[in-house]
Parts: sequence; C-alpha cells; structure tokens
Amino acid sequence: MKFAGLLVMPAGFLLTLAALVLFPDNARRLAFVVCGLAVVAMGLVIAVRGHMPARGASRP
Amino acid sequence: MNTMTPMIPAAAPVPAMSDAVFALTLALLLLAPLAIAGVALINAGLGRTRSAAQALLGNLALAAVAVIVFALVGASFAGTLGTADAAIHAAGKTWGVLGLGPFLLHGLASATPQAQLALLFEFIAVAMAAMIPWGSGADRWRLSGGCAAAAVLAGIVFPLAAHWIWGGGFLAQLGANFGLGAGFLDAGGAATVHVLGGLSALALVWIAGPRRGKFPREGLSTAIPGHNAVYVLFGCLLALVGWLAWNAAGAVIWLHAPLAALPGTAINTLLSAAAALLATFSITRIRFGKPDASLCANGWLAGLVTSTACAAVATPLEAIFAGAVAGFFTPLLVELLELAVSVDDPSGAIAVHGASGLWGLLAAGFFASQAGQLTAQLVGIAALLGLVLPLVYLLFALLNRVVPFRVDPDGERIGMDLHELGGGAYPEFVIHRDESYR
Repeated sequence: MKFAGLLVMPAGFLLTLAALVLFPDNARRLAFVVCGLAVVAMGLVIAVRGHMPARGASRP
Repeated sequence: MNTMTPMIPAAAPVPAMSDAVFALTLALLLLAPLAIAGVALINAGLGRTRSAAQALLGNLALAAVAVIVFALVGASFAGTLGTADAAIHAAGKTWGVLGLGPFLLHGLASATPQAQLALLFEFIAVAMAAMIPWGSGADRWRLSGGCAAAAVLAGIVFPLAAHWIWGGGFLAQLGANFGLGAGFLDAGGAATVHVLGGLSALALVWIAGPRRGKFPREGLSTAIPGHNAVYVLFGCLLALVGWLAWNAAGAVIWLHAPLAALPGTAINTLLSAAAALLATFSITRIRFGKPDASLCANGWLAGLVTSTACAAVATPLEAIFAGAVAGFFTPLLVELLELAVSVDDPSGAIAVHGASGLWGLLAAGFFASQAGQLTAQLVGIAALLGLVLPLVYLLFALLNRVVPFRVDPDGERIGMDLHELGGGAYPEFVIHRDESYR
C-alpha cells in the first residue's frame, strides 16, 4: 500500500506536465493540472494509510 | 525522443546589481541565520529533557554536514555558479532538470555579485532545510542517521529543487515556455526549504516510527509535551528577526525587487506571523479553554513559513489572510496527524513547514497579478509532492539500511543525551522516570 501510493504520486505530477503540453488555453490547462494534483493527493492518502499502524497491533 | 543534453544556458540574464543593493542584501543575509537559531531552539524545546543536548548539538551537526556537502557537490547540481545544466528536450521545449556547475565552488571568486549572494542564500537555505526534519525525529533519531540524511538532502535533493526553481530549471521556465506568469514563484525558499524539510520530516517519521509509548495498544495517544516552553517561544521571537531579513534578501536575489519594495515585504512577513498567531491562539482557546503555548508557537512559525512564499507578492491584507489561514489550520493538522494518522511529529514540522509552505506557494499564485501564475504554482506543488516526497522517501529508506535512523530501545529509555553524548543537558536536575512506559 505504502509503495503503491508513492508510485501514484509521480504519475499525478506527469499528468500536470501533460496538461501544459496538451492544452494551449489557460482554463483547460488549469483544470487538467488540478486533476493531476488530485491524483498526487490520492497517492499521498494511500501512502499515509499504508503507513498507519494497524488497529490493535503491537507497537513499540 | 527525449535526450539528456548538457551545456545549455541555465538561467536568464538578470539586471546588474549596484554596490548599495549588494551591501544591503549581504547584510540581510548575515542576519538570516537567526531564523535557523530560532528553529533550533524550537526543535530543542519541543523535545524531552533527556534529549535536549543531543537535539541542539544535532541541529549544529546537521547544519555543518549540510553546508559542507553542499559546498563539495550540491552547489554544482544547483547550478548557481555555472551557466550549464542537463535538460530534457520534449514537446518542443527544454526542461532543465540538473545544474552542471563547477564542483568544490570553483569559480566563486570570479562569479558575479548576484551569483555570490545567491550562493550564500542557498548555503543558509540548505542548512535550514536539513535541520527541519531533525525536530520531527526528536528523542529517537540517532546523530549519525541525522547527519547522513542531511548529507543526502544537501547533496542531492535540495540542489535538484534549487535548480528547478532558482537555477533556471523547468519550474523557473514555466513562464517563458508556457506563458504561466513569471514561472514558479518562491522568493524565500518556501518550496526548497520548508516544503522540502516538511516532506523529509514526513518520510523520516514514516521510516523511524513513533517514540516508545506514544501510541499505546489501547486508548488515545500519549501526550509527550515539550520540555521547555521558554526555549520554544524565545525561538519564535528569534526566528522573526531572521525571517524578516531572509524574506527581504530573497526578494532582492530571486525576484530582483527594488529596495523600495523591501519594507513592504518585511511588513507582510510580520503581519502574516501575527495573524497566524492570533488565529492559533483563538482556535486553541476555543477548543481547549486556554491557549496552548506550543501550538501557538507552531502557529507563529506557520505564519512565517507562509510569508516565505508570498510576502514579496502580496498586499498587507492578503498577507494577513494567508497567515490567518495558516494559523487556523496548523493546530488542526497537528492534531489530525497525531490522533487520526498516528504520526509522531514532536516539532510539528510536517504541518508547520510542509503544509504551511504549500499553502504559501498556493497563496502566492492567487495573489500574484500575472496571468497563469496560479497554474505555475500548482505545477510546482505537484512537482514537490509527486517527485520530491517519493525521492526523499526512497533515499531515506535506502540510507536507513546503511545507517539505522532509530536508536535502540535502551537508548530511547535512558534518553539520547546519555546514550549518544554520555551526559545530560541538565546534569543537576533529577530526570523523572517515564511513567508512560508499560
């Protein structure tokens, strides 16, 4: 889980770069960049959840 | 299709700097390390009594390692003294990714005054960036592990980010290549210093884990308050002085701001910190019945961090708004990270430096007058979260196998001072047994 999240995050960044190249007008470019950021955020959430200790697990 | 080709121009020509501006900027940069001193005091004060000496020595050691490594290799990759970089050519554009300046600061004496000031700024910035995660690893992060992490940050990660943003890399060129405002704006190092430091802190606490007894098997997390609120609050005051100088110097060096703009930058810095403090003061007063000193310190620092990104481009009212938002959300985020996500971050660096830095960068996009600036800021934020965090995590995870970050359980029980230094910070004090251990 944790590594999956960390791999999703660069994918989101690449989406933002794709937006710059693919869309010439600012409005659509901004919308696509926001979508890329949403993917980055999704990866972050997955990574955070992957690092959360399991409920009831033994802790140091 | 995509090729790595060195030796292309790295940075756009900048206007010449007069002697008066050079002297003033140098003087400001000589005051900026007070921000580092303030953060070091805050880091030490928010840790335990039994680790206080190790915490402050660690701040010094990490800063020392960072500046040495940056001088040896990092400055080359940042590309501050050179005019070449490694770039990717794709979609008809040039994307600068890595500086290829001379190693060992070769050519420093013959560099332009602007380049010399920029390099000095980066030295102070890399010391701060390396220190930020140290507070998050308080009471469990070994000195050797901290120094190794500082070397990695100063030799690889900070130079990359500095080149992208300050050295003519792809984020700096967003304006020229895609018409996105002036490119990614980060006059004071909110991205290169604070977001980088905050994300490094997150990677560290994920890898090192929480302090013993912080999250017991049953019930809520154990409160482990900082040992010296006076250090923490005095650190905040000291940091203000450094931050005023830091932001003003950054505006001159990276935005080429005229001297007449510097009082406004300093006023915005002060207003942002003040608004953040009052917001945190109010929030903690409402939630807990009384204002919380350490959270208020976090709020003040969050306001300063936010100002790092936007003080040079905002109006005073916008600076107050940005600071108030940072101060409002910082204590909530600190609580969320601890209670909901089980992240043990004694200094609150993830919220204070990471989240507030990101908010400041976003706010700069809203406040700047150029068209497309918001998009440029969002692309920069995506680069920080999408590239820098995974890279730091990967490097730290590998490093942890070579130089283990975490102290052994016995060392954590007796305290980092006795374990690593052989003596405590307060030898005449009785150190009480920790009742939270079970």
